[in-house]
Amino acid sequence: MTIIEAQGLGRMFKTRRGAVAAVAGVDLTVERGEIVGFLGPNGAGKTTTFRMLTTLLRPSTGTATVVGCDLIGNPVGVRRGIGYVPQAVGSTGGGSDPNSSVREELVLQGRLYRKPAAEAVRRADLLLAQLDLAGLERRLTKTLSGGQRRRLDIALGLVHAPQVIFLDEPSTGLDPQSRSNLWDHIRWLRQDLGTTVFLSTHYLDEADALCDRVLVIDNGRVVAEGRPDELKQRVSGDVITLSVTGDPGMARATIAGRLDIRQITLSGRTLRLTVRHGERALPELLRMLDDAGVTLTAVQLVRPTLDDVFLTLTGRGLRDDSPVPPAEPRAALAR
Amino acid sequence: MNFVHDTRLILGRQVRLAVRNPVWIVISLLQPVMFLVFFGPLFASVFNRGLVAGRGNAYGYFVPGLLIQLGLFGSASVGFSIIADFRYGVVDRLRVTMVSRLAILVGRVLRDVLVLLVQSAVLILIGLAFGLRAPAIGILIGLGFITLVAVSLSALSYGIGLRTKSESVLASGLNLLIMPVVLLSGIMLPLTIGPGWLQAVGRGSPFRYIIDAMREAYVGRYADAVMVEGLTVAAGMAAACLCLATMIFLRENAR
Repeated sequence: MTIIEAQGLGRMFKTRRGAVAAVAGVDLTVERGEIVGFLGPNGAGKTTTFRMLTTLLRPSTGTATVVGCDLIGNPVGVRRGIGYVPQAVGSTGGGSDPNSSVREELVLQGRLYRKPAAEAVRRADLLLAQLDLAGLERRLTKTLSGGQRRRLDIALGLVHAPQVIFLDEPSTGLDPQSRSNLWDHIRWLRQDLGTTVFLSTHYLDEADALCDRVLVIDNGRVVAEGRPDELKQRVSGDVITLSVTGDPGMARATIAGRLDIRQITLSGRTLRLTVRHGERALPELLRMLDDAGVTLTAVQLVRPTLDDVFLTLTGRGLRDDSPVPPAEPRAALAR
Repeated sequence: MNFVHDTRLILGRQVRLAVRNPVWIVISLLQPVMFLVFFGPLFASVFNRGLVAGRGNAYGYFVPGLLIQLGLFGSASVGFSIIADFRYGVVDRLRVTMVSRLAILVGRVLRDVLVLLVQSAVLILIGLAFGLRAPAIGILIGLGFITLVAVSLSALSYGIGLRTKSESVLASGLNLLIMPVVLLSGIMLPLTIGPGWLQAVGRGSPFRYIIDAMREAYVGRYADAVMVEGLTVAAGMAAACLCLATMIFLRENAR
C-alpha cells in the first residue's frame, strides 16, 4: 500500500539571477513499511523535497499524497500522520532547544499534538526508555552527546506514533559507534513500531545498510531508483581486476568484446573490467585467458558501492570534493 | 479552542526559557535604569527650572520616555531568538506538528509582553524611589500602552527575523529604526521646545503620540484628545505589526 506518492513535485526559488529550481519535478512513491533512502550530494534537493512532503514548504508545482491526505488540501491530516526529524549541522539543527530539558521537549511535543498532559508524560517516558535516553530526563539538551541528541530528535518525531517518519541526514556528524547504534534504532522503527521510514543521506554505506530501496537524486531530479543491489547491478555492474605476467595487451585483445564486458581499462599489468555479473563472468574469463596462454598473478572481484552508482549516474562522486571523472561513465550508462 | 490551547503551550515554554536564562532581561533593563539613575537627576533639575514645557513632576515626565526606550531596545530585539530557533530546527519541528501557526507567533509575543511589563514595573518602582509621583490609574494606563508597544515591536521583530533569517539584516534594520525613533519621539526632551521643522518630522514617529498620551495619563488626564490620539496610534500600530507578522508566519506553509 502506498503511503507517500508525489507527482511532478517541484520548488522554485527566486534569486537575483532569476528563478532556480531546487527541486525540478520529483515523482516518487513509498510503500507502507518500507525503509527508503533518498541519496544525493549536498544541494541535490533532498531537504527541499522533505520540507515539501512534510508541509513545511509549499510546492511550486506538482501534487503529493502523504498518509492518504493531500498535501495542499489537508496539511493538518498530513501533519497528524507524519514525523519529521530536521537535519542537524554540528551543534545546531535537529529540532531540540539547547536550553530545554529532555523531558520538557518530549512532553511539549506530545501536547502540541493535542495529547492530554498525563498521556504526553507517559508517552515521553516510554520513548525515553525505548531510545536509551532513560536517566537523561532532566538534562538540558545542550549537555547531551551527539548520539543522544539525535535519538532525542528522533523521539520528538515519534511522540504521536506517526505512520511515517522523515529523517533528514540522521547520522551526519556522528562517530562510528553512535552511528551503528542509530542504525539499530532506525531498523527498530520499522520492526517493532511498523513505522515507514524515509531517510535522506549522502552516505552510501548508510543507504546500503538500512534501505530496502534507494532513490538517487541529483540537481533536483530523481535519476534512478531501486534496491541497493539492483541499482549497483543495473548501473555499473561488478569490477574484475586481473593482474597478468605476460603481455597485457594480448590479454586485453583476448577478452575484448567477449561476454558482456562493458569497459576495459589497462594500467601497467593490470586489467580492470566492468561486467554485468562478475561471479558468472569470472570462470569464463579465466578459461579464455588460460586457453590464450596468459598467466595471471592475481584476480579480484569487487562489487560496486553506491558511490560507483552515483558516479556512473551523474558523472561525479557523492562527496563535494571528489574530482570530476572523464566523460566515459555516462557513455557506459548509455550502452 | 485549539488556538488558545496551543498559545498557552508556546507561552509556557517561552516563559520557562526566559526564567531559566534571565540574563538578557536584566541586561536590557540596565540601560533605562542607568538613564534613570544617572541622567534622571539632571533632567529633574532642568525640568524644575521650567525649561521643559511639561506639567506635573519631573520623573512623571521622564519615566514614560524610559519605558518606551525599554521596549525599543528589549522587545524589538526578540527577533534574534526566532532566528536562533530556526537554526536549531525548533521552528520546523514545531511547524510540522498540528500546532496552530498563529499560536507559534502569539505565544511568543505574549511572553515578550509579560517580560516588558515586569521590566516596566521594576523601572517604575525605581522611579518611585527617585521621586516619581503619578496616580495609580495613570500608571496602569501607561502599562496598557506598554503592552501595545510590546505587541507591535515583538511581532515586527519576529516577522523580520523569520522572513530574513539573518541576524545581520535584523541588526541593521533595528539600528535604522531605533535611532531616529529615539530622537524623534521626545523620549528625553519634548519636541515642543524644538524648532517647527523638528516638530513636524517628529509627527512621523508613532511613539511620539504614545509617549505624549502616557505623560497625560501620568498627570491624571485620561480622556483628552492627546489620549485618544495615542491610543489610536498604539492600537493601530499593534494591529498592523501583528498582521504583517501573521502573514510572514503563515506563508510558505502548505496551507
